Amino acid sequence: MSNQGGVQYSKIAEIKGPLVIVDGVDNAAFDELVEIETTDGERRLGKVLEVGNGKAVVQVFEGTTGLSVSGTNAKFVGKVMEMPVSEQVLGRVFDGLGRAKDGLPEPVADSFLDINGAPMNPEQREYPKDFIQTGVSVIDGMLTLVRGQKLPIFSGSGMSHNILAAQIARQAAIIGTDDSFAVVFAAIGVQYSEAEYFKRSLEESGALKRSVLFLNLADDPAIERIITPRVALTVAEYLAYDLGMHVLVILTDMTNYAEALREISAAREEVPGRKGYPGYLYTDLSTIYERAGRLRGKKGSVTQVPILTMPSDDITHPIPDLTGYITEGQLVLGRDLFRQGVYPPINILMSLSRIMKDGIGEGSTRADHQEISNQNYDAYSRAQEVRALAGIVGKAGLTPVDLNYMNFGDEFEKKFLTQAIDENRTIEETLGLQWSCVSKLPKNELTKVKDKYVDQYYKE
Amino acid sequence: MVAQGKIVWISGPAVKADGMADAKMYETVSVGDAKLIGEVIRLTGDVAFIQVYESTSGLKPGEPVIGTGNPLSVLLGPGIIGQIYDGIQRPLKDLAAKSGSFIGRGITTTPVDMEKQYHFSPSVAVGDEVEAGNIIGTVPETSLIEHKILVPPDHKGGKITNIVSEGDYALETEIATVEKDGQSFPLKMYHKWPVRQPRPYLKRYDPTVPLLTGQRVIDTFFPLAKGGTGSIPGAFGTGKTVTLHQIAKWADSQVVVYIGCGERGNEMTEVLVEFPELKDPRTGKPLMDRTVLVANTSNMPVAAREASIYTGVTIAEYYRDMGYDVVLVADSTSRWAEALREMSGRLEEMPAEEGYPSYLASRLAEFYERAGRVRAKGSPERDGSVSLVGAVSPSGGDFTEPVTTHTMRFIKTFWALDASLAYSRHYPSINWMNSYSGYLADIAKWWSENISADWLDLRSETYGILQREDTLKEIVKLLGPEALPDEEKLILEVARMIKIGILQQNSFDDVDTYCSPEKQFKLMKLQVDFYNKGQQALKDGASLADIRSMDVISLLLKARMDVKDDEMPKLDKIETDMIEQFKSITGVKVQN
Repeated sequence: MSNQGGVQYSKIAEIKGPLVIVDGVDNAAFDELVEIETTDGERRLGKVLEVGNGKAVVQVFEGTTGLSVSGTNAKFVGKVMEMPVSEQVLGRVFDGLGRAKDGLPEPVADSFLDINGAPMNPEQREYPKDFIQTGVSVIDGMLTLVRGQKLPIFSGSGMSHNILAAQIARQAAIIGTDDSFAVVFAAIGVQYSEAEYFKRSLEESGALKRSVLFLNLADDPAIERIITPRVALTVAEYLAYDLGMHVLVILTDMTNYAEALREISAAREEVPGRKGYPGYLYTDLSTIYERAGRLRGKKGSVTQVPILTMPSDDITHPIPDLTGYITEGQLVLGRDLFRQGVYPPINILMSLSRIMKDGIGEGSTRADHQEISNQNYDAYSRAQEVRALAGIVGKAGLTPVDLNYMNFGDEFEKKFLTQAIDENRTIEETLGLQWSCVSKLPKNELTKVKDKYVDQYYKE
Repeated sequence: MVAQGKIVWISGPAVKADGMADAKMYETVSVGDAKLIGEVIRLTGDVAFIQVYESTSGLKPGEPVIGTGNPLSVLLGPGIIGQIYDGIQRPLKDLAAKSGSFIGRGITTTPVDMEKQYHFSPSVAVGDEVEAGNIIGTVPETSLIEHKILVPPDHKGGKITNIVSEGDYALETEIATVEKDGQSFPLKMYHKWPVRQPRPYLKRYDPTVPLLTGQRVIDTFFPLAKGGTGSIPGAFGTGKTVTLHQIAKWADSQVVVYIGCGERGNEMTEVLVEFPELKDPRTGKPLMDRTVLVANTSNMPVAAREASIYTGVTIAEYYRDMGYDVVLVADSTSRWAEALREMSGRLEEMPAEEGYPSYLASRLAEFYERAGRVRAKGSPERDGSVSLVGAVSPSGGDFTEPVTTHTMRFIKTFWALDASLAYSRHYPSINWMNSYSGYLADIAKWWSENISADWLDLRSETYGILQREDTLKEIVKLLGPEALPDEEKLILEVARMIKIGILQQNSFDDVDTYCSPEKQFKLMKLQVDFYNKGQQALKDGASLADIRSMDVISLLLKARMDVKDDEMPKLDKIETDMIEQFKSITGVKVQN
């Protein structure tokens, strides 16, 4: 250990995977930020994962490639990692660690915030209940997004999740308010083209100037991905609770995040949980997802739409599984629908919005909203059963009512589910389409809606 | 002599400190300059292994660790009901007052307001002999709960030498003095109890009274008894939380302890917003007046999550000792098990299945064993119960994972949630083929004495129809429904009606959310009558199409929502309609 200008430098004893073990440490704190300096003056950032008995285990965000034991120094900065924030971050592009990436100077900071945030006091939360109109029928009608909600998209490789997320970001609006809103986009290990698509999409709609982009691309250091969602959410919380904006955060792709976490866990030789992911994956993911919400007495909100690709479309894989236990519902994209060319290919039966019930109904959307949505769910699930049956016994073996359900299923997928990527439907149009779908069924099959709504909206 | 050591190692919530030779196992300690709260979980020489209940970010080796001499305890006294606590009984309201919207660190609070004056009425007099568990007076706590002030259960007892007269007192006031063997002990309106130690009682009874929840699939098909244990496992999106909320809202217990253990923040907020508005169906008073919340959400420190279960169950036992029926709902025990796993990993213990520690099963057993219907210690004689309901969140919805399999060994009622039912929006998605209740025989007597002597038979008949349908479904999958004879098609038809008309229940519908036992019985009877009359009608020559076209079917299906609990005559009307309509379809055939 040596002292230069009051700052402590320590020697590196061991390098393994993304970790370096620093020796001769006597004043480092858990979670503290570390600067690693190589002989040729290159600086990398890291943080303390474990400290004690004169040693510190440091995770290096930019990876350890090219580091050597001799000549490399570790400097303990004396604080945890912080993100500089101010209103100037709007319209800017940052890298995965929150440093300017668009060639402009770093924005002037109003304050520096701990990127780990702090858990929201549940007693101080405001229950989410403001309907967000996304203009996507299947979401607005049956899987309503609510301000302050965390609603992930469970996708599979190659499917249209990014197109859908970009459409939501462009079109999301709260009816009847002019509150300022912002989009925070965090690319976590995605390809350049996907990040670019998103950026262009925001640009074309004129939303870029109220957006903040954090880009950790596929060829950027993997361990940096641990930080990317956290800096993004720190900025989002600042915009929401200090500046009173309604912030939509899109995190793509959380699978890459979890893999980075697994890499570190493996390097630390921890006992693995399922599929080699660390036992604390649930808790770790929750420190990201639970940062969505609203607070009593604060104007803004943080709404999250994380995207993850399910490895081999398996919803029981630990990443989607643990995510689903934390988030307030999920939008699941279906491979079958995607193959048929349906956009958005949302499998409604596996999807759910947990707090939809509080965001819809009289006074926000329409009194019949919940019931007509239930009826469509019921009918679509029956239509799927009938289709399966028809595959075995043929259409001839079906009853007339069964055939009605088959018609309903086709109508539902073609007219209601399918829409163009730039088509922005109002909630009235969406509800109208739901009624035209169920109108393919005889009236007495509508057991989930009150008679008065049937009289009012059923199309003979 | 309290231990005073220094931190030597930190990794997440786990801290090692040396110089701790005086520390005791499970003693609470103050960790670091920030005075974080921790608990000793292993002692090796003078090195203590400590789990810290708050974030350890910024903590450094060399900072002090100071023992408190006491195990992790809860404060038991008036003012607990209606509170929302974190995992170690700190009121979240007080935390907010000190650190704002986000939870800060190193904050100390008192679990209840120590300044507040409570109206105490003594029930003993000077000269009375008291022993551990005796009631020495009462305090009105909420509109629903009369708080009994107890002599602590580990007290030696003795003679009352002084007791205050009826009046308003703060918790720290010495309300009574007990003398034994020349020593005098002051009594206050509260005492402390270590959370990991079950509170003692006199004797235990078999659970024979059902815990009515107003949920048909629970009360009628897979009941829980007062003092019993139940578990509700299910993949995400199957409606665990909604079902647990329903139990917490409508169970006919006097006190509800709801533990949000590693779950969503918004769910606790929902309870906080909703419960003060909702009225208890039996008393008409706000539900919050009987509810205690313990909230340690998923992103709050993981060690406090481990403690939250014990904090909750100790509070439940305390109200049981006053003679109340208490329901404790823990959502979710899997997150608690994960907290155990995380600490075990940091302790570098040898893992058992899926990385869980080998003592997972014994910890689960200890927890569920704290349920029971008991005769409390001390006089006057009183019985109370703690019923435990634990959610399990099996990874990937796989019921063979360790937490689910171990839990099944220690509980008697099992409500298996089914993702495919949830996907088709059949709620509550409790699978009637995979669920079971071990209390059916014990509580049948209650139903037969209070509702109807036919209850058990009718339940078996209804369940029999569902079982027949389950086997017939396999045939239909291969050959289509047309391959079955009419009698069997009728089974499919009635099973569908039972599913829609009884098993499904809409928690968000004002009427359907709670169903009285009388209505549950009647709905079941109507369906069974329909089935028997239908089979008879087929024998008498009616066609299945005739039966299917009867108007009464849609009345039967909607009765759960259309008929309020106090409108039972409407169900009698449906019954007479049904008899008429069956007469007419068979009558027509006879005339032809």
